[in-house]
Amino acid sequence: MEEKMGKILIEERQLVVPGEELAEGMDNLPGEGAFREDDKILSLKVGLAHIDNRLLKVVPLGGKYLPKDGDTIVGKVVDIGMYGWRVDFGWPFFATIPLRDGSREFIPNGADLRQYYTFGDYVACKITKVVGSKIIDASMKVPGTRKLSNGRLIKVQPTRVPRIIGKQGSMISLIKEHTDCFIVVGQNGYVWISGGEPDKQLLAVKAIRQVEKEAHGEGLTDKISEFLKKESK
Amino acid sequence: MSKSYVETLADKDARTDGRKFDELRKPIKIELGVSNKAEGSAKVTWGETEVFVGVKMAIGEPYPDSPEDGVLITGAELSPMADPEFLSGPPGPEAIELARVVDRGIRESKMLDTKKLCVRKGELVWIVFVDIYPLNNDGNLIDAASLAATAALKSAVFPKLNGDKIVYGDFTKTKIPLNLMPVTCTVVNIGGKSMVDPILEEEKNFDARISVSVSEKGDIHAMQKGGNVGLEIDQVDEMIGLAVKKSAEIRKVLK
Repeated sequence: MEEKMGKILIEERQLVVPGEELAEGMDNLPGEGAFREDDKILSLKVGLAHIDNRLLKVVPLGGKYLPKDGDTIVGKVVDIGMYGWRVDFGWPFFATIPLRDGSREFIPNGADLRQYYTFGDYVACKITKVVGSKIIDASMKVPGTRKLSNGRLIKVQPTRVPRIIGKQGSMISLIKEHTDCFIVVGQNGYVWISGGEPDKQLLAVKAIRQVEKEAHGEGLTDKISEFLKKESK
Repeated sequence: MSKSYVETLADKDARTDGRKFDELRKPIKIELGVSNKAEGSAKVTWGETEVFVGVKMAIGEPYPDSPEDGVLITGAELSPMADPEFLSGPPGPEAIELARVVDRGIRESKMLDTKKLCVRKGELVWIVFVDIYPLNNDGNLIDAASLAATAALKSAVFPKLNGDKIVYGDFTKTKIPLNLMPVTCTVVNIGGKSMVDPILEEEKNFDARISVSVSEKGDIHAMQKGGNVGLEIDQVDEMIGLAVKKSAEIRKVLK
């Protein structure tokens, strides 16, 4: 019997809505933001469809951040218990940093946990485990995690985070280069800016806001580079 | 933003949003007649802060100690819509302080000509309600609310009177009698530096705050200190001076 070839019904970067058919047939695969129903692939989100060979995915235009294994997030310490720290990162439930993953240093038994991170401190941590939506474990032991101090936090759309970082971090290193600021971009859309001169920090905020605003345009890196050069004179 | 960060910036003569210490936010806008049911209303947009003030008129008995004077009642409601940190329910200390500071600015400057609000001596006077509703809180609610209250009172008219009863929804063209136009200017002290018009982050982290009500003559009519750090007399002088100077700038919006 001859298998019918699948057909892709959308174009690259086409705007789709939830339930919209992306493809027919069993030889295409649903990626992020898409799901399979019988032999059809349907969209889950309002966003732009992307075709990667046979993988169909939808990048949402907006929406909340969904915690994912291995993501670096920026959050605020809101609770300290026997078990470790609780971090608010803009999700209905807090992430837990268990004691054993609390620091690269050794934490002795019975130590005052406020020495490490106290209430209101910001941290960049990495999600190690997500169970359902309630249990989110994070670690401060792995590379790229640190305590953040003496700076400002800005919140951006989580869906714009990949554009803010850029390909291989091109955009963020461009901004860092021009502003001499220390910047950490959390996948949850929290961006930490510290260091540098106060006016340079504001310039970094402006640049990031610009990227957020024009995230769907093309040639963004050049635009931002121009903007930074003009503003930093 | 932590307190130490705001203080570090103050040390470097900078503010979180890049303004100068004596720079007000822009734009400050007043919209009049926002509510068609109220006798007078105004919405003030002050940077990101938005405050709505409605003036409602009622009629009733005067206080026994001032039988010829109309009554002013100011209230504020901090709804959770304006700021997630505001809680619903009975007004808290912040709401009461906001209402009282605005009230005192109006009352002590004798802005309202209360004698002219008398209908029959000892029996019937006008009662003026000034209700403050912040719509969005990005700091400096006091200045925005008092500017909105002044603007709303300035535009307020009497409702029609049928015998001793008010016909609501029927307005006369007579404006409420006013004398002076006080505006309030708030100056905060962070790490020993005085700055006007604090945004929310600065308001959360200030050491001390002084709100000054100033009339167009430059007279100080009311003052309120906030925050739990004491001030030196020189600092108080400096802050009041700055407030009086900046109140003239705020007043320009009123015209």
